[in-house]
Amino acid sequence: MRLHLKNARIVDPASGRDGKGELYIADGKISEEFAKADRIIDAKGLVAAPGFIDIAARLREPGLEYKATLASEMQAAIAGGVTSLACPPDTDPPLDEPGLVDMLRRRAKALEHARVYPIGALTVKLEGERLTEMAQLAEAGCVAFSQANVPLADSQVLWRALQYASTFGFPVWLRAEDTWLAKGGVAHDGEVATRLGLPGIPSFAETIALGSLLELVRATGARVHVCRLSTAGAVQLMRAAKREGLAVTCDVGIHHLHLCDNDLGYFDSNCRLEPPLRSQRDRDALAAGLQDGTIDCVCSDHTPVDDDGKHVPFAEAEPGATGLELLLPLTLKWGEARKLPLAKSLAKITSDAARVLGVGSGKLAVGAPADVVLFDPAASVRISAETLKSQGKNTPFLGYELAGRVRTTIVAGNVVYEK
Amino acid sequence: MQRNPQLNDSGELQHLLSIEGLPREILTQILDTAESFAGVTEREVKKVPLLRGKSVFNLFFEPSTRTRTTFEIAAKRLSADVINLNIAVSSQTKGESLLDTVANLSAMQADIFVVRHSSSGAPFLIARHVKPHEHVINAGDGRHAHPTQGLLDLFTIRHYKKEFSRLTVAIVGDVLHSRVARSLIHGLTTLGAPEVRVIGPQTLLPAGVEALGVKVFHDMREGLRDCDVVVMLRLQNERMKGALLPSAQEFNKHYGLTAEKLALARTDAIVMHPGPMNRGVEIDSSVADGPHSVILPQVTFGIAVRMAVMSIVAGN
Repeated sequence: MRLHLKNARIVDPASGRDGKGELYIADGKISEEFAKADRIIDAKGLVAAPGFIDIAARLREPGLEYKATLASEMQAAIAGGVTSLACPPDTDPPLDEPGLVDMLRRRAKALEHARVYPIGALTVKLEGERLTEMAQLAEAGCVAFSQANVPLADSQVLWRALQYASTFGFPVWLRAEDTWLAKGGVAHDGEVATRLGLPGIPSFAETIALGSLLELVRATGARVHVCRLSTAGAVQLMRAAKREGLAVTCDVGIHHLHLCDNDLGYFDSNCRLEPPLRSQRDRDALAAGLQDGTIDCVCSDHTPVDDDGKHVPFAEAEPGATGLELLLPLTLKWGEARKLPLAKSLAKITSDAARVLGVGSGKLAVGAPADVVLFDPAASVRISAETLKSQGKNTPFLGYELAGRVRTTIVAGNVVYEK
Repeated sequence: MQRNPQLNDSGELQHLLSIEGLPREILTQILDTAESFAGVTEREVKKVPLLRGKSVFNLFFEPSTRTRTTFEIAAKRLSADVINLNIAVSSQTKGESLLDTVANLSAMQADIFVVRHSSSGAPFLIARHVKPHEHVINAGDGRHAHPTQGLLDLFTIRHYKKEFSRLTVAIVGDVLHSRVARSLIHGLTTLGAPEVRVIGPQTLLPAGVEALGVKVFHDMREGLRDCDVVVMLRLQNERMKGALLPSAQEFNKHYGLTAEKLALARTDAIVMHPGPMNRGVEIDSSVADGPHSVILPQVTFGIAVRMAVMSIVAGN
């Protein structure tokens, strides 16, 4: 299939290109100009950008199909313009065996939608005791190793895991949260939690764990990516670590970029998230850190939770929110609030995310994989259970009108979504 | 943020979920109504027909004797039919969800749900899902709120001190886990008490508690000085299991109310306690049974206050 996209505003963050132009796709790759296309798509009024890369999206398979399925979540991904996604290992069973990873990749591939990059479990069953067979998992297709949201309390295991991963050059993706300080907590330990009578997780649960993690990076030389920063203190620590030259990267989730603990309102269980939503000051520091590059990229932290998991008192609610279809609108909203050029905002879900994930997509250069999104930056989407493709209908943004509507999603040169 | 879920479209009390966010007029309306019911409870025929034909479901997901009983008495004095459900030992253990339990009871034609639950916010969840004519009264949720207790505390204070505008009130002990303290603090600040103090060790005070409008004291003697009202909080034995406190004895030494410490407060100070008391831990018997104590009148006032709350929400 040879595609010609015409009249689009082409925004390619990797090259800094932003302007009217033509885009040619042949053999699944971005191509030089050619004369005879099989299909011409008129993209007048639309932005053509590299397909989005979401480095944290839970597909809930294997084992948690009652919350979501590969099929439903892959639909959500392409409807959100996400052409590549990394999935955390907290499935049931966790992604700790090559066979499971292999099966997931095959099933995902058969759907011919977004590209799926599994993150393997760092420890067996995510129990934080024994190392997984990382080299074999990598052969099966794991691009990094992680504990997802499951704590790894034993710092000796953490040290050994980083040493081992470092030996083979495998990236390790971890959240920074001190197990004991976070124990029992469900909200940011501050005025809101005090008012609502919710057990708190102090900010220093994150900064203390991050300090230890950075020290272990210095000791082991492991390539560590820190997932879902939530505090101003962590942004500061990451800034200093990067200045020092440590090979660390980090991300922030879309919720923490826009919301804070005040949004819990009257116990809104859709705001029950891991890490917890923190103060306005933290949120502002995250937004600024993303802009100045301290935080490398944004992810949706997509976590479909069914109503049974949310229609319970706040503290008993299952953490997480749906996010794949909100990644673009909420990234645009962040960029708009900070008056950034479009290419700079989109970099956080394309080229920068590709760099963190270590993949060759996320750009529109000739020869790059033809993963392309056409979207209308002005058209708005109303977030509702009916409009969301994901099986997870729970998000703090229900009822919001957000700008940024995906019209066409192309993966490897194939049009997989059109609206 | 959403509209206050306790109020209906006319700004009247639809549910009583928390004292926080309620305007002064509604608090005063409840206290004044309770005043008018205080007479009823002293009559020989202790009944008024305000809730005749209405059903009040006491839904206690957490054990309680005093609160459940006073709600039951209050409902009966209003001529309502009362159904007590001790859910801690029935459907929850069978795996039924909170909302399913409520939906089933709703199908049995409930008018008022009185709810106690160990999770903060549970009555808010229920209030969001009940039918428009049904009312939810929070009888204590987790650490969050215990509004009828807060109101009966306010009623007691007003009864003995007449007005709030010159009062210094000290709340002593385990504020961290106390829904009683949170409700009373909101009530006092709304009704204009100029100084509300909390007294306790750092481990028993929640983060940023000053934001509720209170002054923090760690030294009980300093905190009690010139107080008009001293509210002692219950200290549960399980607090000694974590790393919050070394022992009940040490707590008693520093934060237990003794006659000697009480002497630092004003000579006409009143002493309150939501019960059940741990004598010799947070309060000495000489104080609990002494002339400053209004702990038993609190219980009596609790009935009138709960009658007031039920009759007001049912009328809106």
